[in-house]
Amino acid sequence: MALKMVKGSIDRMFDKNLQDLVRGIRNHKEDEAKYISTCIDEIKQELKQDNIAVKANAVCKLTYLQMLGYDVSWAAFNIIEVMSSSKFTYKRIGYLAASQCFHEGTDVIMLTTNQIRKDLSSPNQYDTGVALTGLSCFVTPDLARDLANDIMTLMSHTKPYIRKKAVLIMYKVFLKYPESLRPAFPRLKEKLEDPDPGVQSAAVNVICELARRNPKNYLSLAPLFFKLMTSSTNNWVLIKIIKLFGALTPLEPRLGKKLIEPLTNLIHSTSAMSLLYECVNTVIAVLISLSSGMPNHSASIQLCVQKLRILIEDSDQNLKYLGLLAMSKILKTHPKSVQSHKDLILQCLDDKDESIRLRALDLLYGMVSKKNLMEIVKKLMIHVDKAEGTTYRDELLTKIIDICSQSNYQYITNFEWYISILVELTRLEGTRHGHLIASQMLDVAIRVKAIRGFAVAQMAMLLDNAHLLAGNTQRNGICEVLYAAAWICGEFSEHLEDPLQTLEAMLRPKVTTLPGHIQAVYVQNAVKLFAAVLTRRETAGEKQAAQETTEMLIEKLPQFVQSADLEVQERASCILQLVKYIQKLQAKEVSVAEEVTALFAGELNPVAPKAQKKVPVPEGLDLDAWINEPPSESESEDEKPKAIFQEDEPKHSRPRLTELDEQELARRREARKQEQANNPFYIKSSPSPQKSYQDTPGVDHIPVVQIDLTVPLKVPGMPISDQYLKLEEERRLKQKQEKKDKKKKKKKEKHGKSRRHDSAHTESEEDIAPAQRVDIVTEEMPENALPSDEDDKDSNDPYKALDIDLDNLVSGGGAYRPLADSEKLPVRTHRPSRTEGLKSPDVDTTAEEQRPKKSKEKDKKKDKERKKSKEEKKKKKRKKSAPTEELEEEEQQHQGEQAEDKISTEDTSEAKEAKTNDVPAAVPTEQQPLEAVPLSEPESPKESEKDQEESKSSKHKKKKHKKEKEEKKSKKKRHRSENVESEAAVHNGTAEEEEEEPLPPMSNYCLLAENSYIKMVYDIQGNLQDGSQVVVSVIFENNCTDFLKSMEFNVLDSLNTRLVRPSGASVHDGIAVPFQLPPGVSNEARFVFTVQSIVMPQKLKGTLTFIVKTEDGSTHEKLDFKLHFTCTSYLITTPCYSDAFAKLLESEELKVNALKLDSINMPFHHLLAKICFHHHFSVVERIDSCASMYSRSIQGHHVCLLVKSGDNSVSIDAKCNEPSLLSHVLEEIKQTFTTAS
Amino acid sequence: MIKAILVFNNHGKPRLIRFYQYFPEDMQQQIIRETFHLVSKRDDNVCNFLEGGSLIGGSDYKLIYRHYATLYFVFCVDSSESELGILDLIQVFVETLDKCFENVCELDLIFHMDKVHYILQEVVMGGMVLETNMNEIVGQVENQSRLEKSEGGLSGAPARAVSAVKNMNLPEIPRNINIGDINIKVPNLSPFV
Repeated sequence: MALKMVKGSIDRMFDKNLQDLVRGIRNHKEDEAKYISTCIDEIKQELKQDNIAVKANAVCKLTYLQMLGYDVSWAAFNIIEVMSSSKFTYKRIGYLAASQCFHEGTDVIMLTTNQIRKDLSSPNQYDTGVALTGLSCFVTPDLARDLANDIMTLMSHTKPYIRKKAVLIMYKVFLKYPESLRPAFPRLKEKLEDPDPGVQSAAVNVICELARRNPKNYLSLAPLFFKLMTSSTNNWVLIKIIKLFGALTPLEPRLGKKLIEPLTNLIHSTSAMSLLYECVNTVIAVLISLSSGMPNHSASIQLCVQKLRILIEDSDQNLKYLGLLAMSKILKTHPKSVQSHKDLILQCLDDKDESIRLRALDLLYGMVSKKNLMEIVKKLMIHVDKAEGTTYRDELLTKIIDICSQSNYQYITNFEWYISILVELTRLEGTRHGHLIASQMLDVAIRVKAIRGFAVAQMAMLLDNAHLLAGNTQRNGICEVLYAAAWICGEFSEHLEDPLQTLEAMLRPKVTTLPGHIQAVYVQNAVKLFAAVLTRRETAGEKQAAQETTEMLIEKLPQFVQSADLEVQERASCILQLVKYIQKLQAKEVSVAEEVTALFAGELNPVAPKAQKKVPVPEGLDLDAWINEPPSESESEDEKPKAIFQEDEPKHSRPRLTELDEQELARRREARKQEQANNPFYIKSSPSPQKSYQDTPGVDHIPVVQIDLTVPLKVPGMPISDQYLKLEEERRLKQKQEKKDKKKKKKKEKHGKSRRHDSAHTESEEDIAPAQRVDIVTEEMPENALPSDEDDKDSNDPYKALDIDLDNLVSGGGAYRPLADSEKLPVRTHRPSRTEGLKSPDVDTTAEEQRPKKSKEKDKKKDKERKKSKEEKKKKKRKKSAPTEELEEEEQQHQGEQAEDKISTEDTSEAKEAKTNDVPAAVPTEQQPLEAVPLSEPESPKESEKDQEESKSSKHKKKKHKKEKEEKKSKKKRHRSENVESEAAVHNGTAEEEEEEPLPPMSNYCLLAENSYIKMVYDIQGNLQDGSQVVVSVIFENNCTDFLKSMEFNVLDSLNTRLVRPSGASVHDGIAVPFQLPPGVSNEARFVFTVQSIVMPQKLKGTLTFIVKTEDGSTHEKLDFKLHFTCTSYLITTPCYSDAFAKLLESEELKVNALKLDSINMPFHHLLAKICFHHHFSVVERIDSCASMYSRSIQGHHVCLLVKSGDNSVSIDAKCNEPSLLSHVLEEIKQTFTTAS
Repeated sequence: MIKAILVFNNHGKPRLIRFYQYFPEDMQQQIIRETFHLVSKRDDNVCNFLEGGSLIGGSDYKLIYRHYATLYFVFCVDSSESELGILDLIQVFVETLDKCFENVCELDLIFHMDKVHYILQEVVMGGMVLETNMNEIVGQVENQSRLEKSEGGLSGAPARAVSAVKNMNLPEIPRNINIGDINIKVPNLSPFV
């Protein structure tokens, strides 16, 4: 051994260390890869040695190689070896390597669990720190689950260094193991007020991260954060908190109002730009969340804008950038305040920094108005010319189009100007956005009727000069514009001055070099133009000229017929034949123009992209009706049963099958209609007249505003957009003048001032009359089409899992009040023992926690043994009540196991793997020591055990319980026979008993608890509407002669069954009984419980506390009870037809069970009535001494009984799709009859 | 959250990479290349924010960087971080390096990548800011170095001696030493905290 050590260290002497490796790599610049591969070989040799120092050195080098891009995951196991070294030096190297190359897919990562746990509890704080740091990078769900508790303990470590790391890593743990959030949250919240600023900052950090994803759950922390904000001086913390408030305010406007003042103060006082900026940002968020237009906030907006202006004017580019960024947020809600800084923003467009120019561009989008659109676009056009680099220019181009076309061309007052802008944009070289320009041209030409004449002239010019576009732009797509040009010229050829010239332009040989789809449009529209030419010639009587045109067409078309593009070819050949035919007719001196024009009669209207979906189904067309006869019955049967069963639709027998189908169809049709009615994509059956496409065949209904002809339709010379700008200004001035003249307003001060000034003051948006208007009618979109499109969020979002309600935990602390009751989130139910365990762990657990952490394994074994012995003791104690208690326990265990199912299987597999690797690493969680504070559902068995321990710890209590139980039993008998409660009849669901003999009076109310003051009886009913709720009706009866008041009803929730408390109440809060009881009076109160699984009966412990008011004074009293949720109480009386019942019995999904009751000597109908009454069944059919019965659980399980009566005995055959539920129901039925008889 | 911290030189050679989200090695290298490409073509007098590269994150992510002499320090962060705050954090990190290495230069980073990592670990943990107080950071780093020394360090004395001897034989060594002229100049920015 010693020799080996010596040998190892000698070997080591010749090893390279990290520095040598780096040096070597730098010396082998030419053959780096080769050098590194030899180094890796060396490293592999080193890793094979026993000496841990050598291994650590090798791993350290690997970390460096990993940075250079080499995959080092093959050494994962060695890394773990180094991590587990006892020396800090090596351990740190190991953890560093692990943090660089481990991830969730690393298979050996599960071997680290125990090592990390050991390191976390190391007495050396730096061992712990290194482990935490490493873990933060490679934590997996498994690690998170196994280590969550250890880390949570570290959150209260004595060293702040460890505390802050532990707090930070909790966020990673939450992400990987969301169940840990609730139990850890109270402690995390505590850390917000940690004396160490570092820890505090870490806690703020974590909560901010959490709240950013699910802000609503953290609203209740607002007061605490508010306090921190006003007290903290740490800018990091302040920034985080202020950012958090920015996320919270949209949910709670009142918070915003409170925030404004301190934030404004901070803005005024702070010298840190980062803090100032975040304050401004949050103030903006606040102002956005407040309903806009509140006058007293205009000062805040002004302040923000003013501060932002200072930022933007700053020479620091960073501040400028951020200023613009924040400005764009204000813009959305307060455009006016931003618009006054237009000068500054336009200035930023000239900035040398592209990021800043892009930000400024974004701002421009929101700043345009009718008034300044032309001016801004002109500026942008100048930038387009100047811009170097196509990306920025393309960005400019799209921005120009965006700005102009926004909200349905709202800001365009002169469409001629817009068309000329578009035409000018086509001259851009190398743009990718030809298609965008083309679609804008088409859109404008189609939708703005008044502009067509002008557009056509412009397009004809484009076609004429097509060579300019097509020549150098074959690659870059600007030729798309020709597509639009050709279509517009063809479709609106009546506006063309010289259609022949355009026709010739479209038939030039050069056209064949254009992309196929454009050629196709060319060909098609050539014919339209041809028709136009013919019409003109014939009306002018120039038949010769008409024939010449035809000839030209016949001459030119063959070039398209030869096209390789199918579309072009097909259209060309069709049209060629057509033209040839026309030529024949022309030769016969027949005038054809009219007929050719008729080919293209009617107008093409724009159709909204989603219009097709909105077309209503015509009357009488039933899309659900069978086109052919339905497939044969046997086939349909094979498919049906499952579906029907899942939909809780009892199956019907064969003869009724078709009828049922029809019913079903009708139902579905109804449902679909409902859905359609709510679906904005569907046109309702009675659409408003404009919306219906059927009712509006023509275009006449489109309201087209008459053109204001103050704008000359023809602009002298080349139509350059700038001229429009000038014209527009003149026009507006003129309009204004006219208005003034008309109104003869006496505002003299306006006169004599400069025109600019004038316009700035008097011209409100409405004053500017548009030169043309856009028809928007046909391009209708469903109102909420957009949101629904964007709605589909990533379902794999890891943050979704953290959407966990923490409100109750917070308010449970008591010190902090949530904002108000009304804003509080609906409280989810709680896990009482868990929170309890966190805050005040009971004696047992604290004792164990304090115990030195020797061998965990031992501990676990001990625990197990102890547990067993305790359980045994308990069993002995219980005696009589044992069976039921056990049942309860089993049930809880079972549920826990179910929840744990997945995890435990993972665990076992993990354990197996661990074994094969000969490392005792992973331990199945089931064996986790009791000391582990229960973290969540998976650990529920322990929880329930703890409950029991708690109850056991006070023997006195236990005894009392027993007594009570005995009492209860005796009382039960009595109670049943008595007809105490008149309300019973109401709760008797089975009204369809047609009994000949009078039935003995029955009540479902059974005793809950009783003492000398009060008696409680209860009944449990399922809630058919909500499959997860049952209602417990409790009748309180005052047994004494004193006044009872302030009754509070409380139960200890189990995982499965929980009392529904009013929102905001903690798990420990009871529910006040809404009445007081004078002597001798009884009253009923109802409590709602949620249940998850209904297949098992369950018992809940509870307490009723109340005040007895006697003449001498008042005393507090309490009464413990046990609520027994029988399986029967989950059943709901549901009538069922015999044929459906038969069908149901046939289905194979039902499990069978049977019961035999001996020595029953009551009339059969009494028996049935009892089953009906006490167990919520209904009789389906009764033949002599045989009856079939049916019931359904609140969660839709079917329970079928066949009850046969023999001499003195009754046999019950039962079927249910949930065997466990069935067996319990039968058990309870048996109980009913054995206790009764 | 900080998604990644990259330090590379003017030629795009990585000097420190720290991803807080897993990417395979080739992807990591691609991200470094892309980031370098984005950052390096920017003048020194433009803003230090870049809307994220396509590879890392998405629209929510920003690249925030500082350029010191031969090195770029790039932080890729999401919108929960304050832009200016991160700029200050980079400053804190670099100043800490400067203290720990006594006039830090690129060579320090090259030869002591592990140490740089250990320093970074005291500043940022798992993508979240751990500490911004420089004295605290330096204190913790020094404590750990002392602990390491007391354990004898990674390369004990004999190994060091041998490697020194080995190095003597290499004629290339002096050439490397000449590159040492790349001190990071720490601009005098107002400390953040």
